[in-house]
Amino acid sequence: MFMFNLLWLIPLFPFTAFVLIVLGANPNKKLSHSLAIGGIGLSWILGWLTFFTAVFTPHFGEHPVRLTFDWFPTGNTWFETGVMIDPLTAIMLFMVPFVCLMIFIYSVGYMGYGTEHVDPRYSRFFAYISLFATGMLGLILADNLLLLFIFWEIMGLCSYLLIGFWFEKKYPDPRQITPKQAGLKAFITTRIGDVIMLLGMLFLYSRVGNLTFEHIFSHETLHMLAEAQVTLPLVGTLPVATVIAILIFGGAVGKSAQFPLHVWLPDAMEGPTPVSALIHAATMVSAGVYLVARMFPLFAAVEHGPQVGVVAFIGAFTALFASTIAVAQNDIKKVLAYSTISQLGYMIAALGIGAYVAGAFHLITHSFFKALLFLGSGSVIIGCHHEQDMMHMGGLRQKMPITFWTFVAGAFALSGFPLITAGFWSKDEILAHAWEGFMHEGVVSWPFYVWLLLTIAAFLTAFYTGRQISLTFLGQPRSHHAEHAHETPHSMTVPLMLLAFFALTLGFAGIPEEIIGHGRNWFHHFVGHEFAATPLSVPVMLLSAVLAVSGLFFGWLVYGRKPLAKGQPDPLVKALGPVHTVLKNKYYFDELYQATVVRGAIGLAELFFKFDNRWVIDPLVNAVGRGGAALASGLYRFFDLPVIDGAVNLAGKVGVALSVALFHFVDMPIIDSAVNLVGRTGAALSAAWDWIDLHIVDGLVNFSGWFTERVGRAFRLIQTGRVQNYALVVVAALILLVAVYLLR
Amino acid sequence: MGFPLLTVILFFPLLGAIVVWLIPKEKEQLIRWFSIVLSFIPLALSIYLWIAYTRSAGGMQFEEIYNWIPVLKIRYHVGVDGISVPLVFLTSLLSTLSHFYSAYTIKKQVKEYYLFFLLLQMGMYGVFMSLDFVLFYVFWEIGLVPMYFLIGIWGGARREYAAIKFFLYTLIGSVAMLLAILYVYFNVGSFDILEATEKFHLIRPFAANIVPVSLAFWAFFVGFAIKVPSFPFHTWLPDAHTEAPTAGSVILAGILLKLGAYGMVRIALPIFSEAFSYYAWVVGILAVISIVYGAFVCMAQWDLKRLIAYSSVSHMGYVMLGIAAAAFALRMPGKETSAAIALNGAVLQMFNHGIITGGLFFLVGIIYEQAHTRELKAFGGLASKLPTYYGIFAVTGFASLGLPGLAGFWAEFMVFRGAFDIIPIYAVIGAVGIVVTAGYILWKIIQYMFLGTFNEERWGGKLVDMATFEKVTMWPLVLFMFAIGVYPAFIVNLLNDATTALLAKL
Repeated sequence: MFMFNLLWLIPLFPFTAFVLIVLGANPNKKLSHSLAIGGIGLSWILGWLTFFTAVFTPHFGEHPVRLTFDWFPTGNTWFETGVMIDPLTAIMLFMVPFVCLMIFIYSVGYMGYGTEHVDPRYSRFFAYISLFATGMLGLILADNLLLLFIFWEIMGLCSYLLIGFWFEKKYPDPRQITPKQAGLKAFITTRIGDVIMLLGMLFLYSRVGNLTFEHIFSHETLHMLAEAQVTLPLVGTLPVATVIAILIFGGAVGKSAQFPLHVWLPDAMEGPTPVSALIHAATMVSAGVYLVARMFPLFAAVEHGPQVGVVAFIGAFTALFASTIAVAQNDIKKVLAYSTISQLGYMIAALGIGAYVAGAFHLITHSFFKALLFLGSGSVIIGCHHEQDMMHMGGLRQKMPITFWTFVAGAFALSGFPLITAGFWSKDEILAHAWEGFMHEGVVSWPFYVWLLLTIAAFLTAFYTGRQISLTFLGQPRSHHAEHAHETPHSMTVPLMLLAFFALTLGFAGIPEEIIGHGRNWFHHFVGHEFAATPLSVPVMLLSAVLAVSGLFFGWLVYGRKPLAKGQPDPLVKALGPVHTVLKNKYYFDELYQATVVRGAIGLAELFFKFDNRWVIDPLVNAVGRGGAALASGLYRFFDLPVIDGAVNLAGKVGVALSVALFHFVDMPIIDSAVNLVGRTGAALSAAWDWIDLHIVDGLVNFSGWFTERVGRAFRLIQTGRVQNYALVVVAALILLVAVYLLR
Repeated sequence: MGFPLLTVILFFPLLGAIVVWLIPKEKEQLIRWFSIVLSFIPLALSIYLWIAYTRSAGGMQFEEIYNWIPVLKIRYHVGVDGISVPLVFLTSLLSTLSHFYSAYTIKKQVKEYYLFFLLLQMGMYGVFMSLDFVLFYVFWEIGLVPMYFLIGIWGGARREYAAIKFFLYTLIGSVAMLLAILYVYFNVGSFDILEATEKFHLIRPFAANIVPVSLAFWAFFVGFAIKVPSFPFHTWLPDAHTEAPTAGSVILAGILLKLGAYGMVRIALPIFSEAFSYYAWVVGILAVISIVYGAFVCMAQWDLKRLIAYSSVSHMGYVMLGIAAAAFALRMPGKETSAAIALNGAVLQMFNHGIITGGLFFLVGIIYEQAHTRELKAFGGLASKLPTYYGIFAVTGFASLGLPGLAGFWAEFMVFRGAFDIIPIYAVIGAVGIVVTAGYILWKIIQYMFLGTFNEERWGGKLVDMATFEKVTMWPLVLFMFAIGVYPAFIVNLLNDATTALLAKL
């Protein structure tokens, strides 16, 4: 297919935009955003063309396309790299460039283009998000784990830069995290995961000798990895495939903000809202899920191995854990952030129990509705003049109708409102898969716990979503800002509407075959043709529908039926008591990490530095130095001065005597007369030389004088001014003279 | 014998030094520009050397052999292989940039400064080209003296302490090395390095001569380890760096540290392969300590320059780890590929560290020239006021912390890739350094200096963005960071041939 030969161009468009903005376009704001939107727009067109080509290619799933070239030599072989497309990549190509494009367009309005509030680093913002898009598109197209990792890290960089985009910002409360601290926290936390992933990658590479997906997932390689055993200290003997899978999963835990590395994502909300939507909801954070999906054959290589439990448990636990925190948050974006963590947990849990298709499906639908929710919240924030506290909102339904209705669409999708939202179908498939596993494996099995935890989380999700809608849009305005709220410009509302469309309809691509008819579950057919379809479970579907509706209803009951008045506390505070405090403080994980990891690292740094500088190494070095100096001065005092100097002085006296003698008996009578003779001859000759001198030699003399001065300067180094040295030189010269005289 | 390319590169700086010596000291501008222009000749020739080196033939090329002191069988023997070619180029590049940068920043005793600098340049070339022990040793020492003066005369407040510390430390290393050289000479009967590589282990097999060969190995190793510098021989480095003038730090970090690592690859590993392999665990432990400990110590620094100095300890630890892994692999059949990758990583890290840390020291100099302080806490918010400086510093910093897409990543990846297969525990512990490195670069440097609010009261109007000459100095380095980051093959090609050949012989 010709279309597939252009794959590599897809990430190149936004990269070109990035380079052009950085190198020259940045003083011109309009040019900058035009380049960025143009770049991602081209990627979108090409991405969708590719996607549809793939969709209409018969048996596409069995014949992924690869384009490769040699990258660098490794001993006797070369590392090959390139791009590839298979169904998973194809559906990501449907989602990523489109969501990116929507958010790029939205950013024009959000960053205040054409108003007096335009951001002073407007162009820089578009450069960063263009680079980010490069990273995400490259990641999904990479045909090997190393290239994937490279784009993975580039996204991490962009995330860091964009979270800290407003790096000057300070808050009156010193405990409130600032953007610059949030960026740092995000980078370091995810890097811990990344290093674990790197180790997994190294392990895989050293065992397989290759990191290309095609090669890793060949039957023989997977078999070899599953059969080989490795003994780890403290852990025991495990299959190599299991160890590698768990290590690589470390990267996903960091990037997708899973427990216990979840702490960075809520604080990442310090970045501009389009960034939260793009990077911290729709694309980058789901890259962790994508990684697990991409590496799925490896995770599935050892059936019922410990990696299943690790992935399933972390996913399901995170899903529930984060949704409990979301219930007690008042910042509109923080609620969404915890909701994102929770939803990512759903996907991870799904992949953990083998629900590959369901996990990938939820990844796609979630990206659309969560991007929508974030953009909606951004619209609210702009509309309310940068107010983010839901307690100070209320009554925005009338003032911001487009934002309201699109937000409701996204919120219902998130809650899994039955039938008409995308989230319902994708979430239900995960629950159904877990239920089916439970039916097969019984109560003491991962699928059961996954099902249980996710079902509870589903209710909480609907509840906090109902709470959020009620607090933000219903009732009366609870602050000055909310009273004067206004609808946002078209550049922001149009993307909202487009995303809302997909948030509602995308689920129809994956309706179970029992309902829609055999062979009609398009998503499963396209992405997971090699997996058996998850059978429909009517009780599970009914339960999740009931939970979604009742959760939303409860949320409305508590917060919407009798809207909060200005200054009225959250009714949950009283109802939950100390539990609410714990939830509000996110189970004190920030404090715990601050007290252990951060303090520990800084303490260790101080300790090592003192060891280096104060306590051990430098004192030792200085002691050796002083010892040497002491030895030298001791030698000088007790050996040099009395013994050697004595000898030198003696020699000096002898020398002086000798020289006097020489002067009297050799110099005066013999040499002087010779010199005088020469002198007289010279005087006679000099008259003759005068004119030569005048005409020729002067130039030479000047040169030699100048030269002598050079030499003199060089000699000045030797002229130390110490009498002993001179004496020594004199003596040495004399001894030499005498020696020459005697040995002649 | 054709055109003596290496000799010309080697002695051009000396020629330059002689001419500078003859120029009257008042003509400072002439001295500056003469040195810069002159240094372009070895630079151009080094580029030519890179191109003209025939990869398919491999091995030592451009060899020149002349008798020097026939009685003692000392010869003038120079030659380069795939490992030394990039390092010769690195020397040329950083020297030219240093000459250029110094032209704008060195105000006192200009003549002496350039004189020493040119001599230093010759010394560095000599070490990378010498294939005769005596020649090697002479150039090794030649590098020492000008550096002593560069620190001692043009340095900062505690320059004398730093200069003497530097001198004594490295002198001790040199003396140890000299004794070991003599031991090799008396056994092999020649000072030729290549001959020793071939014959020494036959004449003195390690198993039969454990004590003397071990002593000789450790003497070499300590000599090199001081220069690298490896924990626990590293404390001269922060002082020397902190006090040295900017270009001095650049050369010190960029090239002089490589002399030690180069010695390990060129001499300690091939000649004492059995001993090195036997003691690889010690080297590996020192490497891992250097990586992790060095990174943590960086986190405790508040002086920008001192921080970067300590980061060298950590980053050169990767070089040692790669070499140690390759040495380990000598006793493990079937690990040849991993050993080659580890050694490629080590040599690539030498080159990268020169580019990146050299760049970082230029950047420190650029801000210090204006602010006259290097206290991290004194700054803040520079990202908004000095955008170009911030951009270049950020790129260099990210390259240093091993961000993929920039040079540093490849070396780290290759070292860890090789080491993980051979000595996994070391690699796992060493990997902690990667996280801590991100910590000190982003937290200490980027956050304290560039983010936050700009102190208008203290710095308003006093700090300006990079001048043209500063940009010109940095651009080539940044270019290399990207070039290696995107397509490492153009340099790894050379290294790979040389390292596989080197390992195949052992």
